[in-house]
This record gives sequence, C-alpha cells and structure tokens, in this order.
Amino acid sequence: MESRSHRFKENAAAALANPVLQASMKKAKGKFVDKRAIAIKEIDDFEGTREAAKQLRDRVLENLDLWLEKFESNATARGATVLWAKDGEEICRHVAEIGKRHGIKKAVKSKSMLSEEAGLNQALEANGIQPVETDLGEYILQINNNEPPSHIIAPVVHKSLDEVADLFEKVHKTPRKTEIPALTREAREVLRTHFLTADMGISGGNFLVAETGSVALVTNEGNGRMVTTLPRVHVVITGIEKVIPTLEDLSTLMRLLPRSATGQSISNYVSVLTGTKAADELDGPEHLYYILVDNGRADVIGSEFQEMLRCIRCGACMNHCPVYQAIGGHAYGWVYPGPMGSVLTPLYTGLENAIDLPHAATLCNQCGVVCPVKIPLPDLLRKLREKQTDRNLRPWLERAALKAWAFVAASPTLYALGVWFGVRYLKWLAGGKASIPVLSVAPEWTRGRDFPAPEGRTFRELYAQRKQP
Amino acid sequence: MSSREDILARVRQKLGRNETNAAVARAEIDTVLAAKAQGPRPQVDAEKSALVGRLIDKSRAYSSTVDQVATRGEAPAAIARYLIGLGLPAQAVIWPKLADLDWASAGVIVQARAAQDADLVGITGCFCAVAETGTLMLCGSVDSPAAISLLPETHIAIVPASRIVPGMEEAFALARKELGQLPRAVNFISGPSRTGDIEQTIVLGAHGPYRVHLILIDGA
Repeated sequence: MESRSHRFKENAAAALANPVLQASMKKAKGKFVDKRAIAIKEIDDFEGTREAAKQLRDRVLENLDLWLEKFESNATARGATVLWAKDGEEICRHVAEIGKRHGIKKAVKSKSMLSEEAGLNQALEANGIQPVETDLGEYILQINNNEPPSHIIAPVVHKSLDEVADLFEKVHKTPRKTEIPALTREAREVLRTHFLTADMGISGGNFLVAETGSVALVTNEGNGRMVTTLPRVHVVITGIEKVIPTLEDLSTLMRLLPRSATGQSISNYVSVLTGTKAADELDGPEHLYYILVDNGRADVIGSEFQEMLRCIRCGACMNHCPVYQAIGGHAYGWVYPGPMGSVLTPLYTGLENAIDLPHAATLCNQCGVVCPVKIPLPDLLRKLREKQTDRNLRPWLERAALKAWAFVAASPTLYALGVWFGVRYLKWLAGGKASIPVLSVAPEWTRGRDFPAPEGRTFRELYAQRKQP
Repeated sequence: MSSREDILARVRQKLGRNETNAAVARAEIDTVLAAKAQGPRPQVDAEKSALVGRLIDKSRAYSSTVDQVATRGEAPAAIARYLIGLGLPAQAVIWPKLADLDWASAGVIVQARAAQDADLVGITGCFCAVAETGTLMLCGSVDSPAAISLLPETHIAIVPASRIVPGMEEAFALARKELGQLPRAVNFISGPSRTGDIEQTIVLGAHGPYRVHLILIDGA
C-alpha cells in the first residue's frame, strides 16, 4: 500500500470536518475503552501477566535469527513450505507463483495487515486470481472500491450503518436493509459461496509457535477457520517478529490479546494450525505455505526501537488515543494508525515520509499504560522526533524558531527581557479582552482555539513584588 | 543471496551474532522449550464440580446453551429434545467418532461424513474443555473433521465432565500427553461466531454457527 502519511495534516483536518466520521468515532470510543476496562479485571494479576508477555516477546527478539530457524525446521517437519520475503513485492511474487503452481482461480482472505502492506489484492488480480476479503469489515472495504482500513481490528469503525446499508444495496443489488443482523446475514450468504468455491486461503498469523511449527489465528467471525479449512491451499503471510516459544506462551498471550483488543475474555475462535491434512482426513488444506516477511522489521532489531517489535496488534493504543479518537485511522495515511502506527510507519516506510506522525500524539501515555506488552510508545515517539531533528527533517522555520528559543532561554537576562516585552505586547493585542482569537505569529495554533490574554506582568515581576513585605 | 539468507544475515548482524554466542543462545532456546514455563494464571478451582460449574457459567456468558445428562448414551435423546424445541430438523452431520451412539432410537437422522453447505446441524465431541473461559478444544482427525463445528448454523458438542481442565495450559499438556504432537487443526471454540464490525454492535452468526449447544455428560 502506498503511503499517504506525508499528507497527515490535511487528512487530519478533513477528518475533523467530517460529521459522519466524527459520529462513528464517538460511538466506538466508549465501547472499546469500557469493555477492556471490565475484561482486564477478570485477570487476578494483570500487571504480572503483562510483564510475562513483555518478557516472552523480548526473549524471542533477542535471538530472533535462531528462533526463526527453530520455527522453520519444526514447520517444515510437519509438511509446510517456508518462504521468505524482503518486501511487499516479494510477497506478491511468492503468492502469484503458488497460485500458478496449483492452478488457483480464487483466493479467500482472512484479515492480514501484511497483505495491506504489500497491496496483495491488486497483485492477485493482475495474476488472474480473484481475491475475496472475508472479514466482514474488510469485505465492506473491498466492495467500496478497495478502501483502506481505518483500524487494525475494526476496519470499518469509521463507517455508519447507513453507509453500509447503501453500499450493500448498490453492490449486491438487493432491497435496502437497515438492521445490522440482516446486513450481516446478507454478507454471510455472499461470502459462503466464495468459501466453498475458492481454491486458496490466505491468512495472516497472530503468532508463530516455534515449539510446534504452528500458526495461531484469532478470530470471532469464523472466517479465519473457513479460509484455513476449506480451500486446498493455505498461505500464511506474517512478519518475522511474530514467533513465540511455546504453547504456554500462547496461553499467556491469549489472556491479553482479546481483552486488550475487543474486551473479550477470549475470542470466539483460537485456531492452532500445524502442517497439512493427512491423506485420509476429510478436510483441511493439502498444501501449506508460510511467507515470513521482513519489510523493514530486520532493521529495527538491535536498534533503539526494537521494543516496538513486541507489538501483538491488539489496537488498544489507538482505542485509547485522544488523537486517534478525534481523527480516525485514515488520516495516518498507511496500514497502521494510532500510536503504534505513528512509530511503525516512519520505521517501515522512512522517517522522511511520515514527518508529522511522531508529532500526532499528546504524549499522554494512555497508549503506554494500556499496551499489553508494555511498549513505551511515548518514548519511542520522542526518539523518532529526536531523529527527525538530528537529520534536519523538520521544517526550517521550526528549526530556526527553536534555535532562537534555545539562545534566548540560555540567558536569564535575555529571557526576562523577552518575556517582559511579550506579555505586554499580548495584553495590548487583546485590547482589554480575555483572549486573542488570532495570533499572527502562530496562526495554525489559533485556528481551532483562542489564545488566553496575559494579565500584563511577568511571573518574575509578580514574584518580586510579593517578596517585599 | 536468497531472501532467507539476506533477512537472517541482517538480523544476525544487528544482534552481533557469532559462533560463541550462538551456542549459548541455542542452549537457552532448548531450555525454554523444555521448561514450558507458564505465566501468571487466574485462579480456577480445579475440583471437578467447580470445573463443571465454571464451564457452564462461562459458556453461557459466551451465548452458548448448556444441557446436562448423566451418561453418554442419553446424549442423542437430549439432542433430539433440543432440536425439536427450536423447531430444527432432527437431522445432522456428525463426527464419525460419534457413530456408535444410538441415534435411531432418539429419532435423529445422522450422517458421519464431511460437512456440506446444506447441513443445518453439526454434532461433535470435543478433545477437552477449558473452564477458565468456557471454551471447547476440538482436535481435527479422520474421525473428528473440523468443518462439522463450522459450516452448520447449529453446532452441538458432547462434553464429558471428566474432560474439563482449568486452563489452556492443561489443554495443551493433555494434547502433548495423549496425541504426542499437535494435530493439524486445533480449534478453541467459545460460543457462536460473531462480528462487531458494523458500528461495534455484536451480531451472533457471522460466518460460523448461530448457536452452540453443549451436552455435558456428568458421568463420563
């Protein structure tokens, strides 16, 4: 997927002015936050479980090369073929080759963010394979001219019921339905036919279990099970960082992932899939391929951003982010929105291509507090800001202003003088009113709010006055 | 250089890998895999009646329904009652493993084969059940195919009370002990399929079953 992250400011402004989006975001916000808060109370030692999850993810990242080899040999021993892809293009090439080898005409897909990174659907079409998204949210997006998702676990959180009703009426050519169960039933019937006729299933992977060479898939709709049970070929596309050691580790993570994501004690379906079907088995794929993807991940290993690779893609950071709640996911411009996206997008697509994202945060640390694997997201955002400054990527005006500020702030006399003039100027500008509607030196800042007018004297002046008896 | 070699070489370089630390790390990995250390666990009373009670409560919380009978032989009649009560046809696709039960006397017409789209009712057993979350663990095999719990709109599972374990850890331990290695498809199922994609409103029956009904066998 091509990144539009360089247009963050325009996209965010448009999102704030979009009433349908604003209404949808407001509805979603409470549900995610409240449900998670209730669900984590079921865990006696939630903090201890977070710490255990953090440690087990770190354990793998610290020796990622060897854990990958372990996973690969155990998966291969059970009949899977393990392929590797450096980037999105190579993912597409692998899938096209697999398609050709097995004479594939149609591929049903359960949600895979990596296939979004790769723009896989377009590549499949170009190779004569019809891709069908089967997660209800992803399906809605696909039939709406391949609109990108706006949330990693709730892809159409930005859409209203009315919009979905209109879309189904137009695309399915059926009478308009306005009840959510009826719309869900309609999608179920359309997609059931695809499940039964597809010859390839494509899924992501929530975790790769090194001990057994398995992939763990977590879904509620059951589409993940369909995609990995019915077609004769199953392709798993997942990042190299998704390896975990044991089934016990999977058990620990399953206490955190559904609770953090949707506020469920457990997702409806947790599938642990290993190898291909036995000759006499009645269902299951005959061929299983893993595509282990780098696409920027290997370069994060060993860096000051390595902690980001612990991410288990639950979406709690965006659900709790005041910036995400206000602008939704599309404004971030690439596959991953919210705080985790603001760290991943610059790391995977280049610091210079996502210049505003590390600043799209108030650093309030809500994301850091809720993260089930304790990723210090605000720290990572701050480090990205430092990197931008080191590489002179910030706008020249900002750099000049900060240089001037540093010069003035380093001298108490200059500082006192500057502030003395400043508060008097601003008081004069306010003309007796309590606030200033437009500041010509910071027009962006006052576009959405007024600047409170100073009283006319500096803190130092007031303090000096008070000290006198 | 292949992509595999390229990716691994970059990871190795970033980690500062050499032969000495590789040997140490390999030993560590073997230790971790052998130790199978568990994380902190919520308290689950492992006494049998407590496990049964918790499984029932949690299953209901996940929108499953539960019926209890004394023996395995009573399951077909209980299933017939459930289907008639809902106005569903007394006709089902079943796990081959369950073909020995007396379905005919209970008036349920069953076929032991792969599930098809037209099947309205699927009847399965389970490998075990997890009390902590009210979850069924199904293991796919020749006589327990995976799609029977997936394609039909109604999924009925026969659950022996002796097969209820406290947590997912015990379920995996049981699989290691009894099956040696994980079967191709292990599915943990907690209630009917659902989606909240449209306006975060939960709807039951997304792509899988609309209903999950447990027949708990107290004496088995």
